[in-house]
Amino acid sequence: MSGTRVTVQAEDFDLAREVSALRHGDAGIGAVAAFVGTVRDRNDGQGVSAMELEHYPGMTERAIEAMIDAAHARFDIRGARVIHRIGLLQPQDQIMMVAVVSAHRGEAFQACEFLMDYLKTQAPFWKKEQTPEGARWVDARSSDDAAIARWGIPAGNAAPG
Amino acid sequence: MKLRLRYFASIREALGAGEPLEIAEGATVADVRDALIARGGPHAEALARGRALRSALDQVLCDETARVADGSEVAFFPPVTGG
Repeated sequence: MSGTRVTVQAEDFDLAREVSALRHGDAGIGAVAAFVGTVRDRNDGQGVSAMELEHYPGMTERAIEAMIDAAHARFDIRGARVIHRIGLLQPQDQIMMVAVVSAHRGEAFQACEFLMDYLKTQAPFWKKEQTPEGARWVDARSSDDAAIARWGIPAGNAAPG
Repeated sequence: MKLRLRYFASIREALGAGEPLEIAEGATVADVRDALIARGGPHAEALARGRALRSALDQVLCDETARVADGSEVAFFPPVTGG
Protein backbone atom coordinates (compact mmCIF):
# COMPACT_ATOMS: atom_id res chain seq x y z
CA MET A 1 0.00 0.00 0.00
CA SER A 2 2.91 2.30 -0.67
CA GLY A 3 2.87 4.52 -3.72
CA THR A 4 0.95 7.53 -4.91
CA ARG A 5 -2.57 7.78 -3.49
CA VAL A 6 -3.90 10.89 -5.24
CA THR A 7 -3.43 12.15 -8.78
CA VAL A 8 -5.12 15.06 -10.56
CA GLN A 9 -4.44 14.86 -14.28
CA ALA A 10 -5.75 15.80 -17.72
CA GLU A 11 -4.97 12.34 -19.13
CA ASP A 12 -7.28 9.35 -19.04
CA PHE A 13 -6.58 6.48 -16.63
CA ASP A 14 -6.76 2.69 -16.73
CA LEU A 15 -8.70 1.29 -13.78
CA ALA A 16 -7.31 -2.24 -14.21
CA ARG A 17 -3.75 -0.99 -14.13
CA GLU A 18 -4.41 1.15 -11.06
CA VAL A 19 -6.06 -1.73 -9.19
CA SER A 20 -3.19 -4.01 -10.11
CA ALA A 21 -0.69 -1.49 -8.70
CA LEU A 22 -2.79 -1.06 -5.55
CA ARG A 23 -2.91 -4.83 -4.94
CA HIS A 24 0.73 -5.43 -5.81
CA GLY A 25 2.63 -7.46 -3.22
CA ASP A 26 -0.18 -7.56 -0.60
CA ALA A 27 -1.54 -11.11 -0.22
CA GLY A 28 -3.69 -9.94 2.71
CA ILE A 29 -6.07 -8.26 0.27
CA GLY A 30 -9.28 -10.20 -0.33
CA ALA A 31 -11.50 -7.45 -1.74
CA VAL A 32 -11.31 -4.62 -4.24
CA ALA A 33 -14.11 -2.07 -4.58
CA ALA A 34 -13.95 0.63 -7.23
CA PHE A 35 -16.09 3.45 -8.59
CA VAL A 36 -15.62 5.24 -11.91
CA GLY A 37 -17.54 8.44 -12.71
CA THR A 38 -18.17 9.17 -16.41
CA VAL A 39 -19.56 12.08 -18.43
CA ARG A 40 -23.26 11.78 -19.32
CA ASP A 41 -24.66 13.30 -22.51
CA ARG A 42 -27.61 14.78 -20.58
CA ASN A 43 -27.95 16.62 -17.27
CA ASP A 44 -30.94 18.40 -15.74
CA GLY A 45 -32.96 17.97 -18.90
CA GLN A 46 -30.40 19.37 -21.34
CA GLY A 47 -27.98 17.82 -23.77
CA VAL A 48 -24.33 18.04 -22.76
CA SER A 49 -21.80 18.13 -25.60
CA ALA A 50 -18.68 18.63 -23.44
CA MET A 51 -17.64 19.20 -19.85
CA GLU A 52 -14.79 21.28 -18.49
CA LEU A 53 -13.34 20.56 -15.07
CA GLU A 54 -11.56 23.19 -13.01
CA HIS A 55 -9.80 22.63 -9.68
CA TYR A 56 -7.78 24.40 -7.00
CA PRO A 57 -4.22 23.14 -7.52
CA GLY A 58 -2.57 22.18 -4.26
CA MET A 59 -5.73 22.27 -2.18
CA THR A 60 -7.34 19.49 -4.21
CA GLU A 61 -4.55 17.00 -3.63
CA ARG A 62 -4.30 17.95 0.03
CA ALA A 63 -8.06 17.61 0.58
CA ILE A 64 -8.22 14.16 -1.01
CA GLU A 65 -5.15 12.97 0.95
CA ALA A 66 -6.99 14.01 4.13
CA MET A 67 -10.08 12.07 2.99
CA ILE A 68 -8.01 8.92 2.46
CA ASP A 69 -6.51 9.38 5.94
CA ALA A 70 -10.06 9.64 7.30
CA ALA A 71 -11.07 6.47 5.42
CA HIS A 72 -8.11 4.58 6.92
CA ALA A 73 -9.04 5.81 10.41
CA ARG A 74 -12.67 4.76 9.98
CA PHE A 75 -12.43 1.49 8.04
CA ASP A 76 -10.10 -1.50 8.11
CA ILE A 77 -8.73 -1.00 4.60
CA ARG A 78 -5.31 -1.79 3.17
CA GLY A 79 -5.04 0.94 0.55
CA ALA A 80 -6.90 3.48 -1.58
CA ARG A 81 -6.27 5.25 -4.86
CA VAL A 82 -8.03 8.33 -6.26
CA ILE A 83 -7.52 9.78 -9.73
CA HIS A 84 -9.52 12.80 -10.90
CA ARG A 85 -9.27 14.33 -14.34
CA ILE A 86 -9.35 18.04 -15.16
CA GLY A 87 -9.72 19.99 -18.40
CA LEU A 88 -12.03 19.31 -21.33
CA LEU A 89 -13.94 16.01 -21.39
CA GLN A 90 -16.50 14.54 -23.78
CA PRO A 91 -19.61 12.43 -23.06
CA GLN A 92 -18.62 8.87 -22.15
CA ASP A 93 -15.16 9.97 -21.01
CA GLN A 94 -14.00 8.80 -17.59
CA ILE A 95 -13.97 11.66 -15.05
CA MET A 96 -12.55 10.06 -11.94
CA MET A 97 -11.96 6.82 -10.06
CA VAL A 98 -11.77 5.61 -6.48
CA ALA A 99 -10.41 2.15 -5.70
CA VAL A 100 -10.14 0.63 -2.23
CA VAL A 101 -8.57 -2.66 -1.13
CA SER A 102 -9.26 -4.53 2.10
CA ALA A 103 -9.29 -8.03 3.54
CA HIS A 104 -13.09 -8.39 3.26
CA ARG A 105 -15.65 -6.79 0.96
CA GLY A 106 -17.69 -4.89 3.55
CA GLU A 107 -14.95 -2.46 4.46
CA ALA A 108 -13.93 -1.91 0.83
CA PHE A 109 -17.51 -1.17 -0.29
CA GLN A 110 -18.10 1.20 2.61
CA ALA A 111 -14.79 3.04 2.31
CA CYS A 112 -15.30 3.48 -1.43
CA GLU A 113 -18.70 5.06 -0.89
CA PHE A 114 -17.40 7.16 2.00
CA LEU A 115 -14.59 8.52 -0.20
CA MET A 116 -17.04 9.32 -3.00
CA ASP A 117 -19.49 11.08 -0.68
CA TYR A 118 -16.63 13.03 0.86
CA LEU A 119 -15.09 14.00 -2.46
CA LYS A 120 -18.42 15.16 -3.92
CA THR A 121 -18.86 17.76 -1.18
CA GLN A 122 -15.34 18.65 0.02
CA ALA A 123 -12.87 18.46 -2.87
CA PRO A 124 -12.43 21.71 -4.82
CA PHE A 125 -13.50 20.69 -8.33
CA TRP A 126 -16.05 22.49 -10.48
CA LYS A 127 -17.81 21.23 -13.61
CA LYS A 128 -18.91 23.43 -16.47
CA GLU A 129 -21.15 21.90 -19.13
CA GLN A 130 -21.55 22.87 -22.76
CA THR A 131 -25.22 22.69 -23.71
CA PRO A 132 -27.17 23.80 -26.82
CA GLU A 133 -28.11 26.93 -24.83
CA GLY A 134 -24.52 27.77 -23.92
CA ALA A 135 -22.11 26.95 -21.14
CA ARG A 136 -23.32 26.57 -17.54
CA TRP A 137 -21.72 25.74 -14.21
CA VAL A 138 -23.13 22.59 -12.67
CA ASP A 139 -25.12 23.19 -9.47
CA ALA A 140 -24.22 21.34 -6.30
CA ARG A 141 -26.90 18.88 -5.16
CA SER A 142 -28.30 18.83 -1.64
CA SER A 143 -28.60 15.03 -2.05
CA ASP A 144 -24.77 14.95 -1.98
CA ASP A 145 -24.81 16.86 1.32
CA ALA A 146 -27.29 14.29 2.65
CA ALA A 147 -25.00 11.46 1.50
CA ILE A 148 -21.97 12.68 3.48
CA ALA A 149 -24.19 13.55 6.47
CA ARG A 150 -24.98 9.81 6.78
CA TRP A 151 -21.35 9.35 7.85
CA GLY A 152 -21.77 11.99 10.56
CA ILE A 153 -19.91 14.66 8.58
CA PRO A 154 -21.76 17.94 8.03
CA ALA A 155 -21.11 19.27 4.54
CA GLY A 156 -23.26 22.34 3.89
CA ASN A 157 -21.80 22.44 0.39
CA ALA A 158 -24.96 23.25 -1.53
CA ALA A 159 -26.36 25.61 1.11
CA PRO A 160 -26.33 29.39 0.71
CA GLY A 161 -24.06 31.26 3.15
CA MET B 1 -1.48 42.84 6.95
CA LYS B 2 -1.42 41.46 3.47
CA LEU B 3 -3.40 38.52 2.08
CA ARG B 4 -3.51 36.67 -1.21
CA LEU B 5 -6.99 36.18 -2.65
CA ARG B 6 -7.89 33.33 -4.97
CA TYR B 7 -11.14 32.83 -6.88
CA PHE B 8 -12.39 29.78 -8.74
CA ALA B 9 -15.11 28.73 -11.20
CA SER B 10 -17.95 31.27 -11.57
CA ILE B 11 -16.31 33.63 -9.05
CA ARG B 12 -13.07 33.56 -11.06
CA GLU B 13 -15.01 34.35 -14.23
CA ALA B 14 -16.52 37.40 -12.51
CA LEU B 15 -13.46 38.68 -10.60
CA GLY B 16 -10.33 37.15 -12.14
CA ALA B 17 -7.91 34.68 -10.57
CA GLY B 18 -7.30 36.78 -7.45
CA GLU B 19 -5.46 39.79 -6.08
CA PRO B 20 -3.55 40.95 -3.00
CA LEU B 21 -5.60 42.53 -0.21
CA GLU B 22 -4.55 44.74 2.70
CA ILE B 23 -6.66 44.18 5.82
CA ALA B 24 -6.51 45.02 9.55
CA GLU B 25 -4.96 42.66 12.12
CA GLY B 26 -7.42 40.21 13.65
CA ALA B 27 -9.65 40.01 10.58
CA THR B 28 -11.74 36.92 9.89
CA VAL B 29 -12.69 35.42 6.54
CA ALA B 30 -16.10 37.10 6.99
CA ASP B 31 -14.31 40.47 7.33
CA VAL B 32 -12.41 39.74 4.12
CA ARG B 33 -15.66 38.93 2.29
CA ASP B 34 -17.31 42.08 3.67
CA ALA B 35 -14.34 44.25 2.64
CA LEU B 36 -14.61 42.90 -0.90
CA ILE B 37 -18.41 43.36 -0.99
CA ALA B 38 -17.87 46.97 0.13
CA ARG B 39 -15.96 47.63 -3.09
CA GLY B 40 -19.26 47.32 -4.94
CA GLY B 41 -19.46 46.35 -8.62
CA PRO B 42 -18.67 42.77 -9.61
CA HIS B 43 -17.18 42.02 -6.16
CA ALA B 44 -20.42 42.96 -4.40
CA GLU B 45 -22.40 40.86 -6.83
CA ALA B 46 -20.20 37.74 -6.92
CA LEU B 47 -19.64 37.59 -3.15
CA ALA B 48 -23.07 38.86 -2.04
CA ARG B 49 -24.49 37.51 1.23
CA GLY B 50 -27.15 34.89 0.64
CA ARG B 51 -25.30 33.40 -2.32
CA ALA B 52 -23.97 29.88 -1.94
CA LEU B 53 -20.25 30.49 -1.46
CA ARG B 54 -17.53 28.46 0.18
CA SER B 55 -14.18 29.60 1.46
CA ALA B 56 -10.76 28.14 2.16
CA LEU B 57 -7.96 29.47 4.34
CA ASP B 58 -4.47 28.38 3.34
CA GLN B 59 -5.97 25.68 1.13
CA VAL B 60 -8.21 24.10 3.78
CA LEU B 61 -12.01 24.54 3.73
CA CYS B 62 -13.03 26.92 6.49
CA ASP B 63 -16.05 28.71 7.81
CA GLU B 64 -16.03 32.46 7.85
CA THR B 65 -15.20 32.76 11.54
CA ALA B 66 -11.65 31.60 10.70
CA ARG B 67 -9.03 34.23 11.52
CA VAL B 68 -6.60 35.19 8.77
CA ALA B 69 -2.90 35.99 9.28
CA ASP B 70 -0.31 38.01 7.41
CA GLY B 71 0.49 36.15 4.19
CA SER B 72 -2.64 33.97 4.35
CA GLU B 73 -4.18 32.64 1.16
CA VAL B 74 -7.95 33.14 1.23
CA ALA B 75 -10.07 31.56 -1.49
CA PHE B 76 -13.72 32.04 -2.40
CA PHE B 77 -15.57 29.68 -4.71
CA PRO B 78 -19.02 28.24 -5.39
CA PRO B 79 -20.14 24.88 -3.96
CA VAL B 80 -17.92 22.13 -5.30
CA THR B 81 -19.17 19.76 -8.01
CA GLY B 82 -16.45 17.19 -8.65
CA GLY B 83 -16.70 13.41 -8.72
